[in-house]
Amino acid sequence: METYTLIVLLLAATIRVATPLLLAALAGMFSERSGVIALGLEGMMLGAAFASAAVAAVSGSAWLGLGAGIVAAMALALLLAFACVTQRGNQVIAGMAINLMVAGLGPALALAWFDLGGQTPQLEAAGQRFLSLRWPWAEAARAHPAPGLLYAELISGHNFLVYFAAALVPISAWVLYRTRFGLRLRAVGENPAAVDTAGVAVNRLRYQAVLISGALCGVAGTYLSTAASSGFVRDMTAGKGYLALAALIFGKWKPWPTCGACLLFAFTDALATRLQGVALPLVGVIPVQFILALPYVLTVLLLAGFVGTAVAPRAIGVPYLKEK
Amino acid sequence: MPALELRGIDKRFGAVHANRGVSFSAARGSVHGIIGENGAGKSTLMNIVYGLHRADAGEIRVQGRTVAISSPQDAIAAGIGMVHQHFMLVENFTVLENIVLGAEGGRRLAEGLGAARAGLEQLARDYGLEVPLDAIVSELPVGLQQRVEILKALYRGADILILDEPTAVLTPQEADQLFKMLERLRAQGKTVLLVTHKLREIMAVTDRVTVMRQGAIVGEVATCDTSPRELAEKMVGRAVLLNVERGPARPGATLLTVRDLEVRDRLGVARVKGVSFTLQAGEIVGIAGVAGNGQSELLETLAGIRAPSRGEIELGGRHLVREGLDARARRRLGLAHVPEDRLRMGVVAGYSAQDNAILGYHDLPAYQRGLLLDRAAVLAGCEKKMSAYDVRPPNPALRIGSFSGGNQQKLVLAREIDSDPRVLLIGQPTRGVDIGAIEFIHRQLVALRDAGKALLLVSVELEEILGLADRILVMSAGEIVGEIASADATEKKVGLMMAGVKGEGHA
Repeated sequence: METYTLIVLLLAATIRVATPLLLAALAGMFSERSGVIALGLEGMMLGAAFASAAVAAVSGSAWLGLGAGIVAAMALALLLAFACVTQRGNQVIAGMAINLMVAGLGPALALAWFDLGGQTPQLEAAGQRFLSLRWPWAEAARAHPAPGLLYAELISGHNFLVYFAAALVPISAWVLYRTRFGLRLRAVGENPAAVDTAGVAVNRLRYQAVLISGALCGVAGTYLSTAASSGFVRDMTAGKGYLALAALIFGKWKPWPTCGACLLFAFTDALATRLQGVALPLVGVIPVQFILALPYVLTVLLLAGFVGTAVAPRAIGVPYLKEK
Repeated sequence: MPALELRGIDKRFGAVHANRGVSFSAARGSVHGIIGENGAGKSTLMNIVYGLHRADAGEIRVQGRTVAISSPQDAIAAGIGMVHQHFMLVENFTVLENIVLGAEGGRRLAEGLGAARAGLEQLARDYGLEVPLDAIVSELPVGLQQRVEILKALYRGADILILDEPTAVLTPQEADQLFKMLERLRAQGKTVLLVTHKLREIMAVTDRVTVMRQGAIVGEVATCDTSPRELAEKMVGRAVLLNVERGPARPGATLLTVRDLEVRDRLGVARVKGVSFTLQAGEIVGIAGVAGNGQSELLETLAGIRAPSRGEIELGGRHLVREGLDARARRRLGLAHVPEDRLRMGVVAGYSAQDNAILGYHDLPAYQRGLLLDRAAVLAGCEKKMSAYDVRPPNPALRIGSFSGGNQQKLVLAREIDSDPRVLLIGQPTRGVDIGAIEFIHRQLVALRDAGKALLLVSVELEEILGLADRILVMSAGEIVGEIASADATEKKVGLMMAGVKGEGHA
């Protein structure tokens, strides 16, 4: 295959891999900007992946699956908010608890309901999955490699959730910087006492933020089980929640840089997949384990050395105690 | 009809009875002072009025109408605004964003901010409260940050403005400016409640003053009919000496020499910039300055908690920096340290009084029995300190956190002074300490001086420096901007130096 085609396909794969990362990272942004550590992204995503695949399998509708995924993740978010905001629990432990609980609960429920060894049934019927949308003239355009292939592979040919994730970046930026809600959200993560004395309820804001985070994780999880694959399998998030958190930090809690970080991580992941079994000049075939570790090695290097000082929201992780 | 009237406000926190049936009223267009020692219940009372605490019993009336206030929203709606001791500002926001937060006037920011800007410019002109609306708050000096807080309250339509210890972070000149501002507010018909423990402020600006002690009101007078002495006695409940009597200092040999000391913080910013001075036996040298001008860093560096980036400290012929002596080694050489932040560095709040009484000296032979601590010696030592320094209650087994600030400080002082140091570094000796204990602590410090020790006193309370120090060094922006003998020092002179105006410097 010629190099140009290879690069276009690599970028197209990057977009597909980046989508759940981006959704989860933006979910984390809402939560962390409000001062609640977003360690439960992984669990909320996994819960949504299970719920959406199960409902899509039973109902035959991907859209009902999406709804179920969002509801499930928001329910987990509500639990997280109750633990972290109302009960002022340790946010790291609460997030980890959600992750561990879902990691066990998903396969257990799948086993009980479908008896397929902890998976959900394969989604095979047409309406059960989010399939790629073909934009007008995409097939015809392929004939003209330079702009045509780019159009067919990068712009066209993704499913609805990919476009939703892409649109979410400017929307998040707009909400964060141009709306009243955004102003209060940024304030409450920096100095909740200032928000409280200014006459705005701190806990309500944090609940809203964590619930938004849940809803977005719901979309991310749905993407994993009903768009990127056809059904739920055990541990299918495979650390994407944590990777999203790393992207959020790398992106300094800002929508556009976070999007950039997600794309970078996704690119290394797509590259790693491409490189498997390919003999490179000088080094030859790189063992697959090294290649698979590449995105994570990159994460460590980036976070350790190249980020500069990432200044977290000042009140992050600190429950707001209003003296009574 | 009073602007604000409280009737029978009662509030308990567990076993502590913070407010005992408090009733008082403040007239419209007046500045009303509320004075009391730390822990007298002033802040609790004001937090109840602002809806941050909820009273167990009692009634709040605003302009003659009873109002139910259970949150700051309710208070704001009733026309009450509050400027807290620790500013309630989002530091990385602009002034404008901070002011409109919670009162944005619309879901989308663009519309609200434009209208707010026009309204604020008018408001700022009316009250002489100009602030740069687009500046980032953390880049403003504290005086201006306080102005932002006042504007925030006025923008929300406050008619009653509560100021909680507003001058704690200000230079005397900034405080005077604040008082002028308050007079302008009064002239416009606003009601100002000034909560403080400083007598000077009450006398300078209030019309009437209410005195609180142990959660109850013990007196209310027109300010023109009272005196600082009378107010202090009401606050404490007995006669107090406001100024410690002390003879002239007889400085002896130089004990501590600091040469060209430079200290950088974690971000590499110089906080202490080439400071040099000496400390003689038998004198108290005071370091005056507005909080955050490098005094804390200087003190910690001398104590060995922080490393300097340049310069040398000499104590009795030893070079502390070059030899790399740490805090413990310095203690051994007779350099004792009472840290500024008592709860963070001076004591371990969860430890008992007796364990706190040996912190830093726990490895002295006197406290050892083989590999273990000699608990009997520890206990006896603590009992001795408690009786000598009048620590109440005299119970060595009690958690230090449950003592009052004054009694904690007395124990810390006892620990450091009993080690028989040559030089005592002491930071904010009376922060969070009641007037009665202040008097005691000051007398101890003067006695130590007269015993031929050298004392370096860092305090943001200018009155304390003026009352105790024999020589005063003034720090501003990390430098010593002036030195003045206590005989020549006045609040005005030192205050100007604190603001960065270089003194003549008779070094």
